[in-house]
Amino acid sequence: MEFKDYYQTLGVERSAPEGDIKRAYRKLARKYHPDVSKEPDASERMKAINEAYEVLKDPEKRAAYDRLGAGWQPGQDFHPPPDWDAGFEFRGSPAGEGFAGDFSDFFASLFGDATGARRGAGFHSRSEDHHARVLIDLEDAFRGATRTVTLRVPELDADGRLAVRERTLNVHIPKGIREGQLIRLAGQGSAGPQGGRAGDLYIEIAFKPHPFYRVDGREVYVSLPVTPWEAALGATVKAPTPGGPVEVKIPPHSQSGRKLRLRGRGIPGEPPGDLYLVLEVVLPPAQTDRAKQIYQTMARELAFDPRRGLGV
Amino acid sequence: MDAHIFTGILVGEQGALSLEEMVEACGAETAWIVELVEVGVLSPEGRGEAAWRFGAPDLLRARRLARLARDFEASTEAAALILDLLDEIERLRARLGRAGM
Repeated sequence: MEFKDYYQTLGVERSAPEGDIKRAYRKLARKYHPDVSKEPDASERMKAINEAYEVLKDPEKRAAYDRLGAGWQPGQDFHPPPDWDAGFEFRGSPAGEGFAGDFSDFFASLFGDATGARRGAGFHSRSEDHHARVLIDLEDAFRGATRTVTLRVPELDADGRLAVRERTLNVHIPKGIREGQLIRLAGQGSAGPQGGRAGDLYIEIAFKPHPFYRVDGREVYVSLPVTPWEAALGATVKAPTPGGPVEVKIPPHSQSGRKLRLRGRGIPGEPPGDLYLVLEVVLPPAQTDRAKQIYQTMARELAFDPRRGLGV
Repeated sequence: MDAHIFTGILVGEQGALSLEEMVEACGAETAWIVELVEVGVLSPEGRGEAAWRFGAPDLLRARRLARLARDFEASTEAAALILDLLDEIERLRARLGRAGM
């Protein structure tokens, strides 16, 4: 199995005092805890961070880990020394469930497979509901789609050891689905240890970030760049919507930030959401003599002071 | 791979899950879910435990809270506060999005 450098995972020196380790963990947790993070690989990173912290925050485990010596490289092939854990006793178990089964073989070989013990008080082992999160494109919510979901299912193998099996299934994403909604598949969880009715599978839906649409509930927002003359004089321009391009009228005397609502062009449903075009006036560059001349004419002929309200 | 396409039941914002279903989905004790309702972390529709119906946000909140409490060894109150602050960040981000930022 691969050696894990827990000090490197937390980004601390081997000699780091306990306080440094806690501080490092807190910073990494803010960055990578999947519930507070925007990083795409947050979940995987946090597993490694939790495992490293589990060992380094505990003086007994840390001392045992340190006894392996500093000569190991991360990823190096590792077998525990024969006299391993003589004189150490790892009492108790961290409370909680979840990440436990995901600790590495390396961890298990050193500190035992704490998976069973880590199921904290108050959590049953019966038929289990499973949970997954699926990222879809905004367009999928407009048309409906089929997505493949890959689940990592912990199972006991023939020798009673915990193994992780990958399971894929195709799931229909209904038209009109919104971020934060769930698709529940009855009986697609796992059965309890004594068999019986299988649990359910819950799939949380989230949208991939879109290059120009922003979604809020059933409403969709998009910035629409317009020229100064389109904004000032009014115009009919083409605008994108997830359902396809549309022609919209820019009212005269518009300014940057003005919102135009296209009723019912947001996420489909009963009722459908609205689409908002947020106008953004973009100035043409004054790179040619002709363009400069036009700006100079405007400066001369338009009595316009946008800073009048500032008293300067 | 199974070529079958599964069609599930949509769980939306409005109440859909009973107390028992919430307990199973969270892998928790009934008393824990009841406590979360009492302290206002979860807001099911319906009066009385038998009539409670939870929506998708309730399930996501309960599971998020359980993870936060576990990973940071935080009390229910502290984890609930973290949840509220995360929700507020989400709302502010959505406002930035609406303002075109």
